[in-house]
Amino acid sequence: MLSTDRMEPQSTRLPANMPSSLLRLDREQWLETAQHLRASGASLLTLWGSDDRDRDLGFRIAAAYLLPDTVVVVEHLIAETSAPFYPSIAGLFPAASRMQRAVHDLLGISSGEPDTRNWLRHGGWPETFFPLRRDADGSKQFPVVSEPYPFVAVEGDGVHEISVGPVHAGTIEPGNFRFSVVGEKVLRLEERLGYTHKGVAKLFENLSQQAGHRLAARVSGDSAVAFSWAYCAALEAITDTPCPPRALALRALVLEHERLANHIGDLGALGNDAGFAFGLTHFSRLKEDLLRANSVAFGARYLLDYVIPGGVAVDLAAPALGLLIELYDTLESSVNNLRAIYDNHAGLQDRFREAGRLEQNTAETLGALGLVARASGIACDLRVDHPWSPYNSLAVKMITQAGGDVAARVQVRFDEVLESLRLCRALLAELPAQPIHTPVPTAAPHLLGIGLIEAWRGPVMIALETGRDGGIRRCHAHDPSWQNWPLIDYAILGNIVPDFPLINKSFNLSYSGQDG
Amino acid sequence: MLNTLSRMLHTGLLTEPLPVPGQAIPPHEAMQKDMLAILGRALCIRHVDAGSCNGCELEIQALGNPYYNLEGAGIKFVASPRHADLLLVTGPVSVNMEEALKRTYDAMPDPKLVIALGDCGACGGVFGKSYASRGSVASVIPVNNTVEGCPPSPTAILGCILQTIRSSAAEA
Repeated sequence: MLSTDRMEPQSTRLPANMPSSLLRLDREQWLETAQHLRASGASLLTLWGSDDRDRDLGFRIAAAYLLPDTVVVVEHLIAETSAPFYPSIAGLFPAASRMQRAVHDLLGISSGEPDTRNWLRHGGWPETFFPLRRDADGSKQFPVVSEPYPFVAVEGDGVHEISVGPVHAGTIEPGNFRFSVVGEKVLRLEERLGYTHKGVAKLFENLSQQAGHRLAARVSGDSAVAFSWAYCAALEAITDTPCPPRALALRALVLEHERLANHIGDLGALGNDAGFAFGLTHFSRLKEDLLRANSVAFGARYLLDYVIPGGVAVDLAAPALGLLIELYDTLESSVNNLRAIYDNHAGLQDRFREAGRLEQNTAETLGALGLVARASGIACDLRVDHPWSPYNSLAVKMITQAGGDVAARVQVRFDEVLESLRLCRALLAELPAQPIHTPVPTAAPHLLGIGLIEAWRGPVMIALETGRDGGIRRCHAHDPSWQNWPLIDYAILGNIVPDFPLINKSFNLSYSGQDG
Repeated sequence: MLNTLSRMLHTGLLTEPLPVPGQAIPPHEAMQKDMLAILGRALCIRHVDAGSCNGCELEIQALGNPYYNLEGAGIKFVASPRHADLLLVTGPVSVNMEEALKRTYDAMPDPKLVIALGDCGACGGVFGKSYASRGSVASVIPVNNTVEGCPPSPTAILGCILQTIRSSAAEA
C-alpha cells in the first residue's frame, strides 16, 4: 500500500563529470525505484554503504544507475542501527549480489539476500569486526582463522570438481575457480574472489582530498589513469574547479594510451593462449614501444601518478610530439598487418570462434558493461553515450560485435585500437595551450560527487564524500570487473576446461579492482 | 603463412643486452655463463601475487617481450613452487593471501631465494599495514632482496634478479 505521508523523493543535481542527480529514498522507494529503473533499461553501475551513525543518520546504502541521458545515484538512510537492513536489489540487478555481500562484510548491513556467504572476508578478521564502521580501528591486525567456503556442489554420475587457485600457474592475480566437470566439459564454474582485498575504502578515510588520487590509481594498476581521473573529476566537480583544457586533452591522451597498451597486450596474450606464440612476440614488442614512448612523453612507463587534482603532473615536451606521431603510424600499420595474419590463420580462428560465447540476452540480464558488453552486441561506451570533456568534441565511434565469443572480443579490441589511434592523433593535432594545472580548493565537509570514466575494460566510478579539514569521509571506487566476473560463469558453460585460460583472457578482468 | 614469415624476417632480432648493476653492459653470453657457474643450470622463478594492484604483474610480463627476452637468458617462470629456485612476490601481503603465500614458500625446495617486488612488496607501499594487509613481504616470509618502484621497470627487476643470484653465490 502506498501511504500518503511518505517522503517524496527529492532529486538534486549531483556534482559529476556528466549529467547526474541524487535521490533520497525511503525503504519502499529504494526497491520501487530499482524496479522502475530495471524496466526502463538502466544499468547498475555500483552499490556501496556508509556509516553515518556519528551524524545521527544511521547507516546509508547507495546505488548508482546509468540511464541513456543521465546518471542517477539513489540513497537510502537506514535508521535502525542494531540490525541494519535494506531490501536486496539482486533480483532485479543480479550483479548487485556480490556487491551486497561485500557491503555486509565491510559494514554489517544486511540485504536479505539468500546467499549470505562472505565475499571479501575470508577469515582474516573476525565476523564481529566491520572495518568500514566509524568506530572500527582499521589499523588493527588479526590472526587468520581459515573458514570453510561452501561452494555449490554439482552431483551426478562422473561429475568431479577441479579447484584452481588462488595461486595460479602464470603471472596473474589470485582468485579461486571451482569447476564441476564431466570429462573435459564444464558443467558449472563458481568463482571465489576477494583474495587481494587491501582495505582501500578504509585507507581513503585517512587521506586528504589532495592525496586520494594516488590511492585511486592503485585500485587496479592497469586502469590507473581511469581511476585517478575519475577521482579528480569527482573532486573537481565538488569544488567547481574547471580543469584547464590542455590538461583535459592530455588526460584523454594518456587514457587512450592506457587502452592501447592493454588491448595490444591482450591481443598478443590471446594469440599465445591459442597456441600462436608469434602473436605474443609481436604484440608484446609493440606494447613495449608504447611504454617506452610513455616514458619519454609523460615521464613514466605506467602513468600511476600522472593525473592529479586540477590537471596533470607533467606537460608534454615538444620533442615528444614527433615521437608519438611516429609511434601511432608504426602501431597502425603493424596492428593492421597482424590483424590480417590473425584473421587468416585457420588454427587460431578455430580456437577463437564459438569459444566462451556470451549471448546478448544473458549479457543484458546480468548487466554486462564495457568491452565485454560491446562484444555481445550491446552498444554502451561512456565516451559515446555521455561524452565528458574533451570527448564531447571527438565524436568517438561506438564499436560493437554481435558474436559474443572470444573471436568477437578479439575483433572489438582490434577496432578499438584503431579508433584510439585516431583519437590520439586528433588530440595531438589540436592540443590547447598551457596551463596544465589549476589549484583545487579544499572542499567543505559532507559533499558528495562522482567521477565516471570509460576505462579500457568499461566504466570505472569514484563516489567521493568530503570530510572535515580537507579530508575524505568516504570514497568508493568501483571497477566494471564486479559486473563482468559473474559472466564468465555463463560463458564457460559447455566449453572444455583447457579453453578456460583463453576465455578468461578474452575477458581479462581485474581481481584487485574487484577485491578493493 | 607467407605474411607471418615475412613479418618475422622484417622484424629481426630485437633483444637488448642484459643490465648488470655497477658494471658496463656485458653480452648475453657472459651472463648465461655466470648463471651457469652460479646455479649450474637455468634459473626457475615462481611468481606469487600476494595482493598487488596488478601494476607489477604488467612489468613482470614485459620481461618476456623480445627486447628483454628473459627465456633467452636462461631464466624462466614455472607453474609450480616445487620447480622454483626463486620466489618473486608482488603486492603488500593481503591477509586473504597470507596462508597461500606461506604455503607456496614452504613448497619450494631448499635453497630458496625470495625477491619482494615493488614499493608494496618492499615496504607495504600506499597500502601499509591494516586489518586487510600485513604490509611488506618480509613481515610474512624471509626475503633476500627487494626492488622498489611503482611499478619497477623490467630493467630494474632483471638487475635485482641477477644481483640476488650473485650475492647468494658469493655467500655459498
